[in-house]
Amino acid sequence: MSLYAAVAVSGFRRHSTYRVATAAGIFTNTVFGLIMAYTYIALWDQRPHLGGYDQSMAITYVWIGQALFITVAVLGGGFQDELIERIRSGDVAIDLYRPADLQAWWLASDLGRAAFHLIGRGIVPMLFGALFFDLTMPGTPLTWVFFILSVAIGVVVSFALRYLVVLSAFWLMDGGGVTTISGLATMFFSGMLLPLNVFPGTLGEVARLLPWSALLQVPADIFLGVHTGSGLLKALAFQAGWAVVLLGTGRALQAVATRKVVVQGG
Amino acid sequence: MGESRALLEGLRCYGLISAMWIRSTMTYRASFVMTTFGNFAATVLDFVAILLMFSQVDSLGGFSLPEVAFLYGTSSTAFGLADLLMGSMDRLGRRVRDGTLDTLLVRPAPVLAQVAADRFALRRLGRISQGSFVLVWALTHLDGLQWTPLKLLLMPVMLLSGAGIFSAIFVLGGAFQFLASDASEVQNSFTYGGNTLLQYPPTVFAKDLVRGVTFVVPLAFVNWLPALRILGRDDPLGLPGWVDLAGPLVAVACCAVAGLAWRTGLRSYRSTGS
Repeated sequence: MSLYAAVAVSGFRRHSTYRVATAAGIFTNTVFGLIMAYTYIALWDQRPHLGGYDQSMAITYVWIGQALFITVAVLGGGFQDELIERIRSGDVAIDLYRPADLQAWWLASDLGRAAFHLIGRGIVPMLFGALFFDLTMPGTPLTWVFFILSVAIGVVVSFALRYLVVLSAFWLMDGGGVTTISGLATMFFSGMLLPLNVFPGTLGEVARLLPWSALLQVPADIFLGVHTGSGLLKALAFQAGWAVVLLGTGRALQAVATRKVVVQGG
Repeated sequence: MGESRALLEGLRCYGLISAMWIRSTMTYRASFVMTTFGNFAATVLDFVAILLMFSQVDSLGGFSLPEVAFLYGTSSTAFGLADLLMGSMDRLGRRVRDGTLDTLLVRPAPVLAQVAADRFALRRLGRISQGSFVLVWALTHLDGLQWTPLKLLLMPVMLLSGAGIFSAIFVLGGAFQFLASDASEVQNSFTYGGNTLLQYPPTVFAKDLVRGVTFVVPLAFVNWLPALRILGRDDPLGLPGWVDLAGPLVAVACCAVAGLAWRTGLRSYRSTGS
């Protein structure tokens, strides 16, 4: 266990090294937050209670989205490219020899990365949003605790999805195509472009059941106080359920990959 | 005289290098088709988000769906052109970090042309075609549009000068990476962020923000000002009418500033020193 804790800490420290990149990222998230906030204001001006949000909640949703954008790795990234490259080059054979579990190792490192990104890239855009817009903040400290918990499970779901993408490289060698498609699906179905409760009809109902909604929509709804009491527990259980299913699928696929696929290299 | 020869030489090098990358891309034709489709699909999604918004409302900031689609199409096409021609500029920081920029400096070709044509990605045609589809759709659905010869002329001029303005921002972003090689994301705010901004009507945004993108970073000249003229609407800042036609001048000025910044950046480059 202490091994994986150490891996997580090194993941955190590794990403904290890039200070200029972090500052640049904060700037970009803030600019996008600003643009989206104004479009949401226009939308909610027309339809004041669209999707069950009032205008302040809708704007808050934008800033939560920008704060979590990199944390839940909407466009992929983190360990993804590195592990795909190791699979392509055959270096993964060495990883499989190590006395550590491949999936748990990268999960720990990704949790460390996400923790840094939540602190390093989440707080400033959120503060900026709170300074210039009327945001809906959680009423009780307990809501904050559940929000952080929900974000953590969201990161695990995001990791599990990206791990499946990475494993496809065992068969395809080039992960580029699958990475792109998965990035598109995440961008759309996480609710990053538009909250899923604004999606009309069946599309909305389906989108809210898919695993991507665990990345942003569920944590945001907990933050905004949409889920309370038993609804809150249900929302967390929904996220945890997807995390277990997807991590399990990843393990099964990994077993097939390591048994059937001949690793590259001479 | 010398300046124009240098410019021609730069364009020739750019053409040769990008042709080389196109040949190399075409070796893997299936992969090219897939990535182009991916590029197309990625841009479709942000238009789908706008469509979803309009499934809930009839107008946004007082603009109808065809009008917003017109803004979307003009901005995306102009940005797509710039992205195709200059989108590789954000790789400069990586070259500064790993020292491979030095290789470009010793080659007998302008560095700007080499960096801009580096890994020339023909798949970016995906974004241009998506933008033009939306633009054509908008043009066929805009009712009561009064075409005049001036407005017809303004269409291609708007797209080309818009591409010029976005290209200048790509080059400025590249020049900034001489200073801060890790900061390639900053330019995303102005390129991708600017494109997102221009897809919505200016009436949606705060006046100060509109002023900022008119007078400081002149993104408003990409499509807002000329497009509002074509749509027959007033611009929210109440600027004089000739400003709508100033796009080409603004584009040239932006490119001049970007060129100066690029030279300054390149001169200050000191490699790793080892």
